[in-house]
Amino acid sequence: MPSLSIHAGGLDLKNPVLLAAGILGTTGASLRRASLAGAGGVVTKSVGSVPREGHPGPAIVHVKCGLLNAMGLPNPSYRDFQSEIETARSAGVPVIASIFGSSAAEFAQIARVLKADAFELNLSCPHAEKYGSELGRYPDLVESVTGAVKAAADVPVWVKLTPNTADILELGLAAQRGGADAVVAINTLKAMAIDIETGYPILGNRYGGLSGQAIKPVAVRCVYELYGRLEIPVIGVGGISCWEDAVEMIMAGALAVQVGTALQSGYGIFEEITNGILRYLERKSMTLEDLCGLAWRRP
Amino acid sequence: MRPINCIIKEVLSEAPLIRTYRLDRDLNPSPGQYLMLWIRGVDEIPMSFSGPDTITVQSVGTATQALFKLGAGSEVGIRGPLGNGFTMIGKKILLIGGGVGTAPLVFLAEAAKKAGIGITSLLGFRSRDDMIFQDRFEGLGDTIITTDDGSCGIKGRASAGLRELNLYDYDQIYLCGPELMMSDIISRTMEHATKTQACINRYFKCADGICGSCCLDPDGLRVCVEGPVIMADRLKGSEFGRYKRGPSGSKGACQG
Repeated sequence: MPSLSIHAGGLDLKNPVLLAAGILGTTGASLRRASLAGAGGVVTKSVGSVPREGHPGPAIVHVKCGLLNAMGLPNPSYRDFQSEIETARSAGVPVIASIFGSSAAEFAQIARVLKADAFELNLSCPHAEKYGSELGRYPDLVESVTGAVKAAADVPVWVKLTPNTADILELGLAAQRGGADAVVAINTLKAMAIDIETGYPILGNRYGGLSGQAIKPVAVRCVYELYGRLEIPVIGVGGISCWEDAVEMIMAGALAVQVGTALQSGYGIFEEITNGILRYLERKSMTLEDLCGLAWRRP
Repeated sequence: MRPINCIIKEVLSEAPLIRTYRLDRDLNPSPGQYLMLWIRGVDEIPMSFSGPDTITVQSVGTATQALFKLGAGSEVGIRGPLGNGFTMIGKKILLIGGGVGTAPLVFLAEAAKKAGIGITSLLGFRSRDDMIFQDRFEGLGDTIITTDDGSCGIKGRASAGLRELNLYDYDQIYLCGPELMMSDIISRTMEHATKTQACINRYFKCADGICGSCCLDPDGLRVCVEGPVIMADRLKGSEFGRYKRGPSGSKGACQG
């Protein structure tokens, strides 16, 4: 039987299907549940330096092609999050702490104190003032934040990139220059929905991020571009809801994938995807390595 | 699903800080299910159904205060019905409710009555002034009232009414009220936990089972989609009655 275990971005993973940041990642118990359900790794909800309650509701809107959200980075602060990470770690699967800040120093301070198996830098949330993509759309800031966290942390550092830019490759190259162990692409696409009965923007924050089915082709393109130029691995995320989506993302160049919005259908999604990839590799007599970036090797 | 627009048909005052809002449509909910109520420009909050087309709201914060300013003819946005409601089981049931937590129970009682089920209710309130739905419950079966200050019925908490009842007489017990009241009842009636359905409350943000803000320790049960009605034996050993997380995810004390 083909193996699904990989070494990705400085972590040994039993399989390449991870839980994405911001999904069921507020409590150690829900992260642990994802691990027990078969996730190869789990990424926490983003934590910052002070507690935040997030945006007023509605925090999500279902649209025909996906899901819009504007949670607003609610979190108890890194000082109050270590116990959740420890609970999550008790499942024996790597726990990647997603962190955010408004400056390189703020990121580094969190990374110095918080203990996790790796960090994922949220330089890409599209709907929180002073955070996320407000830094992450500038290559020089991506590089300096990444460098500062690398200097502060003794675990791998992944950088989650925003697609809300003219050239995601520039951002990926900046993360690589900063010393990132991997890039994660993509975060949500900045979007909004309006209630036509009243004209009110539906999300409490007006703007939010689009995830799910609609963004998968965008994510596949971003991963493909990044894989073509970067030396460091690319973790693919955006609209993966079945094993076929995961295979496509891996063919674009993802060494591992993350699943978020598809958790709407429940925790069973991890086994569904990993089993599907396994059967596919068996049928094709291929390894994960053969699959990764295959689209680039087609004439 | 985008929020659907509903018009408030009628507003009924139940108690000084509790009102019932009748919407312009029956959303076909099961008792125990909830909706997300969007008060435009303010917030979106979860609310239990107190009938097929009604919700009953206690003014506790910014969103509910904003709702209290809306009268008949005003519009709200609705997502729902959501979550798992009560399951109707048996021929004789006991309802135990506290305060505004009696809202889903009165809805359940009316549905149970139509199904020919025998109903007994034990209802706890702070005082006579805070009592709601007394007539509706009394019209449906035996009703025991407790008040903290003794201004009506038995003086004391809802649990003070337990000694009037033999819980073995009931096929199923349905519970909804302030968390400490519910956990007190559950701990006093442990041997009945496998037949006790509790409608509980956590901080709901997405109400879609994905954001994780309502997850219950230690199993990560997603209350917004796997609840809000949960068998009491699943609550044993959980955070329920000990602590709960607020909007930021920080743990805090349970109330009431």
